[in-house]
Amino acid sequence: MSEKVLMKGNEAIAEAAIIAGCRHYFGYPITPQTEIAAYMAKRMPKIGGTFLQAESEIAAINMVYGASAAGMRVMTSSSSPGISLKSEGISYIAGADLPAVIVNAQRGGPGLGGIQPSQSDYFQATRGGGHGDYHMIVLTPASVQEMAELTVKAFDLADKYRMPVMILADGTIGQMMEPVSFDFKLNEPPAKPWATNGTKMQREHNIINSLYLKPLDLEVENMKRFERYEIVKQNEPMYEEYMTDDADIILAAFGIAARVCKNAIKKARKEGIKVGLIRPITVWPFPNEPFEKAVKTCKAIISVELSMGQLIEDVRLATGGKVPVTLCNRVGGMIPEPEEILEEIHRVANGG
Amino acid sequence: MTKQYLFAGFGGQGILFAGKLLAYKCLMDDLNVSWLPSYGPEMRGGTASCGVVMSDNQIATPIVLHPDVLIAMNLPSLDKYESEVQSGGVIYVDSSLIERKVNRKDVTVYYIPATLLAAQNGLDGLANMIIMGQILKNEGAINDESVEKALQKCISQRHKDLLKFNRDAIILGSEY
Repeated sequence: MSEKVLMKGNEAIAEAAIIAGCRHYFGYPITPQTEIAAYMAKRMPKIGGTFLQAESEIAAINMVYGASAAGMRVMTSSSSPGISLKSEGISYIAGADLPAVIVNAQRGGPGLGGIQPSQSDYFQATRGGGHGDYHMIVLTPASVQEMAELTVKAFDLADKYRMPVMILADGTIGQMMEPVSFDFKLNEPPAKPWATNGTKMQREHNIINSLYLKPLDLEVENMKRFERYEIVKQNEPMYEEYMTDDADIILAAFGIAARVCKNAIKKARKEGIKVGLIRPITVWPFPNEPFEKAVKTCKAIISVELSMGQLIEDVRLATGGKVPVTLCNRVGGMIPEPEEILEEIHRVANGG
Repeated sequence: MTKQYLFAGFGGQGILFAGKLLAYKCLMDDLNVSWLPSYGPEMRGGTASCGVVMSDNQIATPIVLHPDVLIAMNLPSLDKYESEVQSGGVIYVDSSLIERKVNRKDVTVYYIPATLLAAQNGLDGLANMIIMGQILKNEGAINDESVEKALQKCISQRHKDLLKFNRDAIILGSEY
Protein backbone atom coordinates (compact mmCIF):
# COMPACT_ATOMS: atom_id res chain seq x y z
CA MET A 1 0.00 0.00 0.00
CA SER A 2 2.58 2.60 -1.01
CA GLU A 3 0.05 4.55 -3.06
CA LYS A 4 -1.68 7.33 -1.16
CA VAL A 5 -5.22 6.53 -0.10
CA LEU A 6 -7.89 8.57 1.61
CA MET A 7 -8.60 7.24 5.04
CA LYS A 8 -10.04 8.33 8.34
CA GLY A 9 -7.48 8.87 11.07
CA ASN A 10 -8.96 6.03 13.10
CA GLU A 11 -8.72 3.63 10.15
CA ALA A 12 -5.14 4.72 9.51
CA ILE A 13 -4.24 3.77 13.09
CA ALA A 14 -5.77 0.32 12.61
CA GLU A 15 -4.06 -0.33 9.28
CA ALA A 16 -0.70 0.91 10.59
CA ALA A 17 -1.00 -1.33 13.63
CA ILE A 18 -1.53 -4.34 11.40
CA ILE A 19 1.45 -3.35 9.26
CA ALA A 20 3.51 -3.03 12.47
CA GLY A 21 2.70 -6.65 13.27
CA CYS A 22 -0.15 -6.20 15.72
CA ARG A 23 -2.28 -9.33 15.47
CA HIS A 24 -4.31 -8.94 18.63
CA TYR A 25 -6.86 -6.23 19.27
CA PHE A 26 -9.22 -6.08 22.22
CA GLY A 27 -11.72 -3.28 22.49
CA TYR A 28 -15.11 -2.00 23.46
CA PRO A 29 -17.05 0.44 21.31
CA ILE A 30 -17.22 4.14 22.13
CA THR A 31 -17.55 7.26 19.96
CA PRO A 32 -15.41 8.74 18.44
CA GLN A 33 -13.00 5.83 17.98
CA THR A 34 -15.28 2.99 16.91
CA GLU A 35 -13.81 2.92 13.37
CA ILE A 36 -10.65 1.40 14.84
CA ALA A 37 -12.58 -1.56 16.23
CA ALA A 38 -14.66 -1.84 13.05
CA TYR A 39 -11.54 -1.93 10.88
CA MET A 40 -9.91 -4.53 13.11
CA ALA A 41 -13.07 -6.64 13.07
CA LYS A 42 -12.97 -6.64 9.28
CA ARG A 43 -9.25 -7.30 8.83
CA MET A 44 -8.02 -9.42 11.73
CA PRO A 45 -9.90 -12.62 10.86
CA LYS A 46 -8.47 -12.48 7.32
CA ILE A 47 -4.85 -12.35 8.49
CA GLY A 48 -5.02 -14.87 11.28
CA GLY A 49 -5.27 -12.26 14.01
CA THR A 50 -7.60 -11.80 16.94
CA PHE A 51 -10.35 -9.24 17.10
CA LEU A 52 -12.31 -9.45 20.28
CA GLN A 53 -15.04 -7.15 21.48
CA ALA A 54 -14.79 -7.60 25.20
CA GLU A 55 -17.62 -7.27 27.69
CA SER A 56 -16.13 -4.05 29.05
CA GLU A 57 -13.14 -1.76 28.80
CA ILE A 58 -11.71 -3.33 31.94
CA ALA A 59 -11.86 -6.78 30.38
CA ALA A 60 -10.29 -5.47 27.15
CA ILE A 61 -7.26 -3.91 28.83
CA ASN A 62 -6.65 -7.07 30.86
CA MET A 63 -6.73 -9.10 27.66
CA VAL A 64 -4.08 -6.70 26.37
CA TYR A 65 -2.08 -7.43 29.53
CA GLY A 66 -2.30 -11.16 28.86
CA ALA A 67 -1.45 -11.03 25.16
CA SER A 68 1.49 -8.72 25.85
CA ALA A 69 2.79 -11.03 28.58
CA ALA A 70 2.80 -13.77 25.96
CA GLY A 71 5.08 -11.61 23.80
CA MET A 72 2.54 -10.43 21.24
CA ARG A 73 2.16 -7.00 19.71
CA VAL A 74 -1.23 -5.94 21.00
CA MET A 75 -3.41 -2.86 20.96
CA THR A 76 -6.60 -1.47 22.42
CA SER A 77 -8.40 1.79 21.78
CA SER A 78 -11.06 3.83 23.45
CA SER A 79 -12.18 7.37 24.14
CA SER A 80 -11.93 9.35 27.35
CA PRO A 81 -14.46 7.64 29.70
CA GLY A 82 -13.27 4.26 28.43
CA ILE A 83 -9.64 5.18 29.11
CA SER A 84 -10.55 5.97 32.71
CA LEU A 85 -11.89 2.43 33.00
CA LYS A 86 -8.72 1.03 31.43
CA SER A 87 -6.44 3.00 33.72
CA GLU A 88 -6.24 0.31 36.36
CA GLY A 89 -5.07 -2.17 33.75
CA ILE A 90 -2.60 0.31 32.30
CA SER A 91 -1.05 0.70 35.75
CA TYR A 92 -0.68 -3.10 35.99
CA ILE A 93 0.88 -3.23 32.51
CA ALA A 94 3.35 -0.51 33.52
CA GLY A 95 4.01 -2.30 36.83
CA ALA A 96 4.74 -5.56 35.00
CA ASP A 97 7.02 -3.76 32.50
CA LEU A 98 5.01 -4.84 29.49
CA PRO A 99 4.73 -3.17 26.09
CA ALA A 100 1.27 -2.23 24.85
CA VAL A 101 -0.27 0.38 22.59
CA ILE A 102 -3.35 2.24 23.80
CA VAL A 103 -5.25 4.75 21.67
CA ASN A 104 -7.31 7.53 23.21
CA ALA A 105 -9.47 9.47 20.73
CA GLN A 106 -10.34 12.12 23.30
CA ARG A 107 -13.81 13.57 23.77
CA GLY A 108 -15.13 16.22 26.12
CA GLY A 109 -15.35 15.41 29.83
CA PRO A 110 -15.45 14.96 32.77
CA GLY A 111 -17.92 12.14 33.31
CA LEU A 112 -19.71 10.97 30.21
CA GLY A 113 -19.14 14.49 28.90
CA GLY A 114 -19.85 14.70 25.19
CA ILE A 115 -18.66 13.06 22.00
CA GLN A 116 -16.97 16.02 20.35
CA PRO A 117 -13.16 16.45 20.32
CA SER A 118 -11.17 17.46 23.36
CA GLN A 119 -7.65 17.44 24.79
CA SER A 120 -8.67 17.36 28.41
CA ASP A 121 -7.11 13.96 29.13
CA TYR A 122 -3.62 15.48 28.93
CA PHE A 123 -3.00 15.19 32.68
CA GLN A 124 -4.38 11.65 32.71
CA ALA A 125 -2.07 10.64 29.87
CA THR A 126 1.10 12.40 31.00
CA ARG A 127 0.77 12.13 34.79
CA GLY A 128 -0.41 8.56 35.13
CA GLY A 129 -4.15 8.08 35.22
CA GLY A 130 -3.81 4.84 37.06
CA HIS A 131 -2.22 4.45 40.48
CA GLY A 132 1.44 4.27 41.34
CA ASP A 133 4.60 5.84 39.96
CA TYR A 134 4.63 5.16 36.26
CA HIS A 135 4.68 6.80 32.88
CA MET A 136 3.48 6.04 29.41
CA ILE A 137 5.15 7.42 26.33
CA VAL A 138 2.46 9.70 24.89
CA LEU A 139 2.35 10.52 21.17
CA THR A 140 0.10 13.25 19.77
CA PRO A 141 -0.61 12.98 16.02
CA ALA A 142 -1.84 16.06 14.16
CA SER A 143 -2.65 14.51 10.78
CA VAL A 144 -3.89 11.24 9.36
CA GLN A 145 -0.36 10.52 8.08
CA GLU A 146 0.97 10.95 11.61
CA MET A 147 -1.79 8.73 12.99
CA ALA A 148 -0.27 5.99 10.84
CA GLU A 149 3.42 6.79 11.37
CA LEU A 150 3.16 7.29 15.12
CA THR A 151 1.25 4.04 15.51
CA VAL A 152 4.17 2.12 14.00
CA LYS A 153 6.53 4.10 16.20
CA ALA A 154 4.37 3.37 19.24
CA PHE A 155 4.85 -0.38 18.82
CA ASP A 156 8.62 0.05 18.41
CA LEU A 157 8.90 2.28 21.48
CA ALA A 158 6.70 0.02 23.58
CA ASP A 159 8.87 -3.00 22.79
CA LYS A 160 12.13 -1.09 23.14
CA TYR A 161 11.40 0.28 26.60
CA ARG A 162 8.91 -2.37 27.75
CA MET A 163 6.27 0.17 28.65
CA PRO A 164 2.80 1.20 27.54
CA VAL A 165 2.61 3.82 24.80
CA MET A 166 -0.47 5.98 24.33
CA ILE A 167 -1.56 7.59 21.10
CA LEU A 168 -3.34 10.69 22.37
CA ALA A 169 -5.57 11.70 19.49
CA ASP A 170 -8.95 13.39 19.47
CA GLY A 171 -12.30 13.10 17.75
CA THR A 172 -11.34 15.40 14.90
CA ILE A 173 -8.13 13.68 13.87
CA GLY A 174 -9.88 10.32 14.25
CA GLN A 175 -12.86 11.24 12.10
CA MET A 176 -11.17 13.26 9.37
CA MET A 177 -9.91 11.81 6.11
CA GLU A 178 -6.63 12.85 4.52
CA PRO A 179 -4.35 11.15 2.02
CA VAL A 180 -2.07 8.70 3.77
CA SER A 181 0.80 6.53 2.60
CA PHE A 182 1.75 3.32 4.38
CA ASP A 183 5.17 3.19 2.83
CA PHE A 184 7.07 2.73 6.11
CA LYS A 185 10.48 1.42 6.97
CA LEU A 186 9.69 -1.30 9.45
CA ASN A 187 12.00 -2.34 12.25
CA GLU A 188 12.25 -5.95 13.31
CA PRO A 189 10.59 -6.31 16.74
CA PRO A 190 13.16 -7.14 19.43
CA ALA A 191 13.38 -10.63 20.91
CA LYS A 192 11.26 -11.05 24.04
CA PRO A 193 13.08 -13.60 26.20
CA TRP A 194 10.91 -12.52 29.14
CA ALA A 195 7.62 -13.57 27.50
CA THR A 196 5.46 -16.24 29.08
CA ASN A 197 5.05 -18.23 25.90
CA GLY A 198 5.92 -21.72 27.10
CA THR A 199 9.23 -23.04 28.43
CA LYS A 200 9.27 -26.02 26.04
CA MET A 201 11.09 -27.60 29.01
CA GLN A 202 14.19 -25.71 27.91
CA ARG A 203 14.30 -22.74 30.24
CA GLU A 204 13.22 -21.53 33.66
CA HIS A 205 9.70 -20.22 34.05
CA ASN A 206 9.21 -16.56 33.20
CA ILE A 207 7.08 -14.65 35.65
CA ILE A 208 5.07 -11.55 34.74
CA ASN A 209 3.81 -9.79 37.83
CA SER A 210 3.33 -6.41 39.41
CA LEU A 211 3.03 -7.63 43.00
CA TYR A 212 6.04 -7.10 45.30
CA LEU A 213 5.09 -7.51 48.95
CA LYS A 214 8.57 -6.69 50.28
CA PRO A 215 8.90 -2.90 50.33
CA LEU A 216 12.59 -2.98 49.48
CA ASP A 217 11.97 -5.16 46.41
CA LEU A 218 9.21 -2.83 45.23
CA GLU A 219 11.42 0.19 45.79
CA VAL A 220 14.15 -1.37 43.66
CA GLU A 221 11.65 -2.12 40.87
CA ASN A 222 10.43 1.48 40.92
CA MET A 223 13.98 2.85 40.88
CA LYS A 224 14.97 0.61 37.96
CA ARG A 225 11.87 1.65 36.03
CA PHE A 226 12.65 5.32 36.53
CA GLU A 227 16.23 4.81 35.35
CA ARG A 228 14.67 3.54 32.13
CA TYR A 229 12.36 6.56 32.02
CA GLU A 230 15.44 8.80 32.21
CA ILE A 231 16.77 7.16 29.04
CA VAL A 232 13.39 7.72 27.37
CA LYS A 233 13.53 11.40 28.38
CA GLN A 234 16.99 11.68 26.86
CA ASN A 235 16.25 9.89 23.59
CA GLU A 236 12.63 10.22 22.63
CA PRO A 237 11.24 13.77 22.84
CA MET A 238 9.78 14.77 19.47
CA TYR A 239 8.47 18.12 18.30
CA GLU A 240 7.87 20.31 15.28
CA GLU A 241 8.90 23.94 15.09
CA TYR A 242 6.99 26.20 12.71
CA MET A 243 8.22 29.74 11.97
CA THR A 244 9.89 30.06 15.36
CA ASP A 245 13.21 31.50 14.12
CA ASP A 246 12.21 35.15 14.33
CA ALA A 247 9.08 34.77 16.44
CA ASP A 248 8.25 37.27 19.18
CA ILE A 249 5.23 35.25 20.24
CA ILE A 250 5.25 31.48 20.26
CA LEU A 251 2.17 29.30 20.33
CA ALA A 252 2.40 25.93 22.05
CA ALA A 253 -0.14 23.39 20.87
CA PHE A 254 -0.48 19.75 19.83
CA GLY A 255 -2.89 17.73 17.70
CA ILE A 256 -5.85 19.50 16.15
CA ALA A 257 -5.15 22.69 18.14
CA ALA A 258 -1.75 22.96 16.44
CA ARG A 259 -3.43 22.75 13.03
CA VAL A 260 -5.70 25.67 13.86
CA CYS A 261 -2.68 27.59 15.22
CA LYS A 262 -1.04 27.47 11.80
CA ASN A 263 -4.02 29.37 10.31
CA ALA A 264 -3.77 31.96 13.08
CA ILE A 265 -0.02 32.31 12.51
CA LYS A 266 -0.53 32.97 8.80
CA LYS A 267 -3.08 35.69 9.62
CA ALA A 268 -0.83 37.26 12.26
CA ARG A 269 2.20 37.24 9.95
CA LYS A 270 0.14 39.05 7.29
CA GLU A 271 -0.37 41.79 9.88
CA GLY A 272 3.36 41.87 10.56
CA ILE A 273 3.22 40.13 13.96
CA LYS A 274 6.00 37.56 14.21
CA VAL A 275 4.37 34.40 15.55
CA GLY A 276 5.60 30.82 15.52
CA LEU A 277 4.55 27.43 16.85
CA ILE A 278 6.19 24.72 18.92
CA ARG A 279 4.19 21.53 18.50
CA PRO A 280 5.12 18.78 20.95
CA ILE A 281 4.70 15.40 19.21
CA THR A 282 5.57 13.53 22.39
CA VAL A 283 3.96 15.09 25.46
CA TRP A 284 5.65 12.53 27.69
CA PRO A 285 8.58 12.81 27.48
CA PHE A 286 7.92 16.53 27.09
CA PRO A 287 10.20 18.32 24.60
CA ASN A 288 11.77 20.93 26.89
CA GLU A 289 14.59 21.82 24.52
CA PRO A 290 12.73 23.99 21.97
CA PHE A 291 11.08 25.93 24.80
CA GLU A 292 14.40 26.47 26.62
CA LYS A 293 15.76 27.84 23.35
CA ALA A 294 12.66 29.93 22.61
CA VAL A 295 12.65 31.85 25.90
CA LYS A 296 16.00 33.37 24.96
CA THR A 297 14.47 35.26 22.03
CA CYS A 298 10.67 35.32 22.27
CA LYS A 299 8.62 37.70 24.41
CA ALA A 300 5.65 35.50 25.31
CA ILE A 301 4.15 32.07 24.86
CA ILE A 302 0.49 31.22 24.36
CA SER A 303 -0.65 27.70 25.16
CA VAL A 304 -3.53 26.82 22.82
CA GLU A 305 -5.48 23.80 23.94
CA LEU A 306 -8.86 22.09 24.13
CA SER A 307 -8.76 21.92 27.92
CA MET A 308 -8.95 24.25 30.91
CA GLY A 309 -5.16 24.53 30.89
CA GLN A 310 -3.18 21.31 31.12
CA LEU A 311 -0.45 21.55 28.48
CA ILE A 312 0.28 25.02 29.89
CA GLU A 313 1.71 23.47 33.06
CA ASP A 314 4.39 21.61 31.11
CA VAL A 315 5.10 24.73 29.06
CA ARG A 316 5.57 26.70 32.29
CA LEU A 317 7.84 24.01 33.72
CA ALA A 318 9.90 24.03 30.53
CA THR A 319 10.17 27.83 30.40
CA GLY A 320 10.83 28.31 34.12
CA GLY A 321 8.98 31.62 34.36
CA LYS A 322 11.37 33.36 31.98
CA VAL A 323 8.56 34.67 29.77
CA PRO A 324 4.82 35.08 30.43
CA VAL A 325 2.73 32.07 29.38
CA THR A 326 -0.97 32.65 28.71
CA LEU A 327 -3.83 30.34 27.89
CA CYS A 328 -6.10 30.35 24.85
CA ASN A 329 -8.65 27.57 25.07
CA ARG A 330 -12.06 26.15 24.26
CA VAL A 331 -13.50 23.08 25.97
CA GLY A 332 -16.41 20.68 26.00
CA GLY A 333 -16.00 19.69 22.36
CA MET A 334 -15.49 23.23 21.05
CA ILE A 335 -12.39 24.07 19.02
CA PRO A 336 -10.91 27.58 19.03
CA GLU A 337 -11.33 29.41 15.73
CA PRO A 338 -8.22 30.95 14.14
CA GLU A 339 -9.75 34.39 14.88
CA GLU A 340 -9.96 33.60 18.60
CA ILE A 341 -6.29 32.66 18.67
CA LEU A 342 -5.49 35.78 16.68
CA GLU A 343 -7.33 37.87 19.30
CA GLU A 344 -5.15 36.40 22.05
CA ILE A 345 -2.08 37.08 19.89
CA HIS A 346 -3.20 40.73 19.58
CA ARG A 347 -3.78 40.96 23.33
CA VAL A 348 -0.34 39.57 24.10
CA ALA A 349 1.36 41.63 21.37
CA ASN A 350 -0.15 44.79 22.87
CA GLY A 351 1.42 44.01 26.21
CA GLY A 352 -1.31 41.74 27.61
CA MET B 1 -4.34 28.35 -3.34
CA THR B 2 -6.67 26.95 -0.69
CA LYS B 3 -10.39 26.38 -1.26
CA GLN B 4 -12.91 25.30 1.35
CA TYR B 5 -16.17 23.50 0.62
CA LEU B 6 -19.03 22.81 2.99
CA PHE B 7 -21.63 20.18 2.07
CA ALA B 8 -24.74 20.22 4.24
CA GLY B 9 -28.16 18.59 4.22
CA PHE B 10 -30.15 15.70 5.66
CA GLY B 11 -28.61 12.38 6.57
CA GLY B 12 -29.27 9.97 3.69
CA GLN B 13 -28.79 12.57 0.95
CA GLY B 14 -25.23 11.45 0.31
CA ILE B 15 -23.69 14.57 1.82
CA LEU B 16 -20.61 12.75 3.12
CA PHE B 17 -20.31 10.79 -0.12
CA ALA B 18 -20.33 13.97 -2.25
CA GLY B 19 -17.56 15.39 -0.09
CA LYS B 20 -15.62 12.18 -0.33
CA LEU B 21 -15.84 12.15 -4.11
CA LEU B 22 -14.46 15.68 -4.23
CA ALA B 23 -11.72 14.74 -1.76
CA TYR B 24 -10.71 11.75 -3.87
CA LYS B 25 -10.72 13.90 -6.99
CA CYS B 26 -8.27 16.26 -5.27
CA LEU B 27 -6.07 13.33 -4.28
CA MET B 28 -6.11 12.09 -7.90
CA ASP B 29 -5.11 15.62 -8.98
CA ASP B 30 -2.17 15.45 -6.55
CA LEU B 31 -3.55 18.23 -4.35
CA ASN B 32 -3.54 18.23 -0.58
CA VAL B 33 -6.98 17.60 0.81
CA SER B 34 -8.82 17.03 4.06
CA TRP B 35 -12.38 15.79 4.63
CA LEU B 36 -14.03 16.24 8.00
CA PRO B 37 -17.59 15.07 8.71
CA SER B 38 -19.84 16.33 11.43
CA TYR B 39 -20.23 13.38 13.72
CA GLY B 40 -22.68 12.96 16.49
CA PRO B 41 -25.89 11.21 17.43
CA GLU B 42 -26.96 11.58 13.83
CA MET B 43 -29.32 9.41 11.87
CA ARG B 44 -31.16 9.25 8.60
CA GLY B 45 -33.28 12.39 8.37
CA GLY B 46 -31.09 14.29 10.83
CA THR B 47 -28.56 16.88 9.75
CA ALA B 48 -25.27 15.93 8.15
CA SER B 49 -22.39 18.02 6.94
CA CYS B 50 -18.81 17.69 5.88
CA GLY B 51 -16.05 20.13 5.12
CA VAL B 52 -13.49 19.59 2.39
CA VAL B 53 -10.33 21.68 2.18
CA MET B 54 -8.19 21.49 -0.93
CA SER B 55 -4.85 23.21 -1.36
CA ASP B 56 -1.62 23.09 -3.29
CA ASN B 57 -0.04 23.92 0.07
CA GLN B 58 0.01 22.20 3.44
CA ILE B 59 -3.50 22.29 4.93
CA ALA B 60 -3.62 23.84 8.39
CA THR B 61 -7.02 23.33 9.96
CA PRO B 62 -9.45 20.86 8.38
CA ILE B 63 -12.36 22.63 10.08
CA VAL B 64 -14.43 24.61 7.58
CA LEU B 65 -16.10 27.55 9.29
CA HIS B 66 -16.30 30.04 6.43
CA PRO B 67 -16.56 28.09 3.18
CA ASP B 68 -15.72 29.44 -0.26
CA VAL B 69 -18.36 27.07 -1.61
CA LEU B 70 -21.52 26.00 0.24
CA ILE B 71 -23.68 23.15 -1.00
CA ALA B 72 -27.03 23.44 0.78
CA MET B 73 -29.34 20.50 0.25
CA ASN B 74 -32.00 21.47 2.76
CA LEU B 75 -33.44 24.63 4.30
CA PRO B 76 -31.89 24.29 7.78
CA SER B 77 -28.45 24.08 6.15
CA LEU B 78 -28.99 27.22 4.09
CA ASP B 79 -30.37 29.05 7.14
CA LYS B 80 -27.41 27.97 9.24
CA TYR B 81 -24.52 28.49 6.85
CA GLU B 82 -25.58 31.21 4.38
CA SER B 83 -24.07 33.97 6.51
CA GLU B 84 -20.81 32.04 6.94
CA VAL B 85 -19.90 31.89 3.23
CA GLN B 86 -16.92 34.02 2.22
CA SER B 87 -17.74 37.19 0.34
CA GLY B 88 -17.35 36.40 -3.36
CA GLY B 89 -18.08 32.75 -2.66
CA VAL B 90 -20.54 30.36 -4.26
CA ILE B 91 -23.72 28.75 -2.94
CA TYR B 92 -25.39 25.74 -4.56
CA VAL B 93 -29.02 25.29 -3.58
CA ASP B 94 -31.22 22.26 -4.16
CA SER B 95 -34.17 24.36 -5.24
CA SER B 96 -36.59 21.44 -5.23
CA LEU B 97 -36.22 21.23 -1.43
CA ILE B 98 -35.48 24.87 -0.59
CA GLU B 99 -38.16 27.30 -1.65
CA ARG B 100 -36.55 30.53 -0.52
CA LYS B 101 -33.88 32.48 -2.35
CA VAL B 102 -30.45 33.26 -1.00
CA ASN B 103 -30.41 36.69 0.66
CA ARG B 104 -26.72 37.42 0.22
CA LYS B 105 -25.85 39.72 -2.68
CA ASP B 106 -22.08 39.23 -2.56
CA VAL B 107 -22.05 35.56 -3.59
CA THR B 108 -22.81 33.63 -6.77
CA VAL B 109 -25.80 31.34 -6.40
CA TYR B 110 -26.80 28.31 -8.48
CA TYR B 111 -30.32 26.98 -8.02
CA ILE B 112 -30.60 23.38 -9.16
CA PRO B 113 -33.79 21.34 -8.58
CA ALA B 114 -31.56 18.35 -7.98
CA THR B 115 -33.94 16.12 -6.04
CA LEU B 116 -36.67 16.66 -8.63
CA LEU B 117 -34.28 16.03 -11.55
CA ALA B 118 -33.12 12.84 -9.88
CA ALA B 119 -36.69 11.59 -9.46
CA GLN B 120 -37.63 12.45 -13.06
CA ASN B 121 -34.63 10.61 -14.46
CA GLY B 122 -34.72 7.41 -12.48
CA LEU B 123 -31.78 8.55 -10.38
CA ASP B 124 -33.44 8.59 -6.96
CA GLY B 125 -31.00 9.39 -4.18
CA LEU B 126 -28.44 10.92 -6.52
CA ALA B 127 -29.34 14.61 -6.14
CA ASN B 128 -25.91 14.90 -4.52
CA MET B 129 -24.18 13.82 -7.74
CA ILE B 130 -26.41 16.08 -9.85
CA ILE B 131 -25.18 19.05 -7.84
CA MET B 132 -21.64 17.69 -8.05
CA GLY B 133 -22.00 17.68 -11.86
CA GLN B 134 -22.95 21.36 -11.75
CA ILE B 135 -19.98 22.19 -9.47
CA LEU B 136 -17.56 20.34 -11.72
CA LYS B 137 -18.93 22.12 -14.80
CA ASN B 138 -18.66 25.56 -13.17
CA GLU B 139 -15.11 24.83 -12.05
CA GLY B 140 -14.13 23.64 -15.52
CA ALA B 141 -13.35 20.19 -14.18
CA ILE B 142 -16.17 18.13 -15.65
CA ASN B 143 -13.91 16.42 -18.19
CA ASP B 144 -11.05 15.73 -15.77
CA GLU B 145 -9.96 12.10 -15.76
CA SER B 146 -9.71 12.40 -12.00
CA VAL B 147 -13.51 12.51 -11.73
CA GLU B 148 -13.84 9.00 -13.12
CA LYS B 149 -10.89 7.79 -11.04
CA ALA B 150 -12.46 9.26 -7.92
CA LEU B 151 -15.78 7.55 -8.68
CA GLN B 152 -13.96 4.23 -9.05
CA LYS B 153 -12.34 4.78 -5.65
CA CYS B 154 -15.50 5.86 -3.86
CA ILE B 155 -17.81 3.13 -5.10
CA SER B 156 -16.86 -0.24 -3.74
CA GLN B 157 -16.52 -3.32 -5.89
CA ARG B 158 -19.69 -4.68 -4.31
CA HIS B 159 -21.74 -1.75 -5.60
CA LYS B 160 -20.13 -1.51 -9.00
CA ASP B 161 -23.53 -1.50 -10.68
CA LEU B 162 -24.10 1.94 -9.17
CA LEU B 163 -21.18 3.50 -11.04
CA LYS B 164 -23.24 4.12 -14.15
CA PHE B 165 -26.03 5.88 -12.24
CA ASN B 166 -23.54 8.15 -10.49
CA ARG B 167 -21.91 9.00 -13.83
CA ASP B 168 -25.32 9.71 -15.38
CA ALA B 169 -26.26 11.97 -12.48
CA ILE B 170 -23.03 13.93 -12.79
CA ILE B 171 -23.60 14.42 -16.52
CA LEU B 172 -27.23 15.41 -15.94
CA GLY B 173 -26.13 17.99 -13.38
CA SER B 174 -23.46 19.38 -15.66
CA GLU B 175 -26.00 19.86 -18.45
CA TYR B 176 -28.52 21.70 -16.30
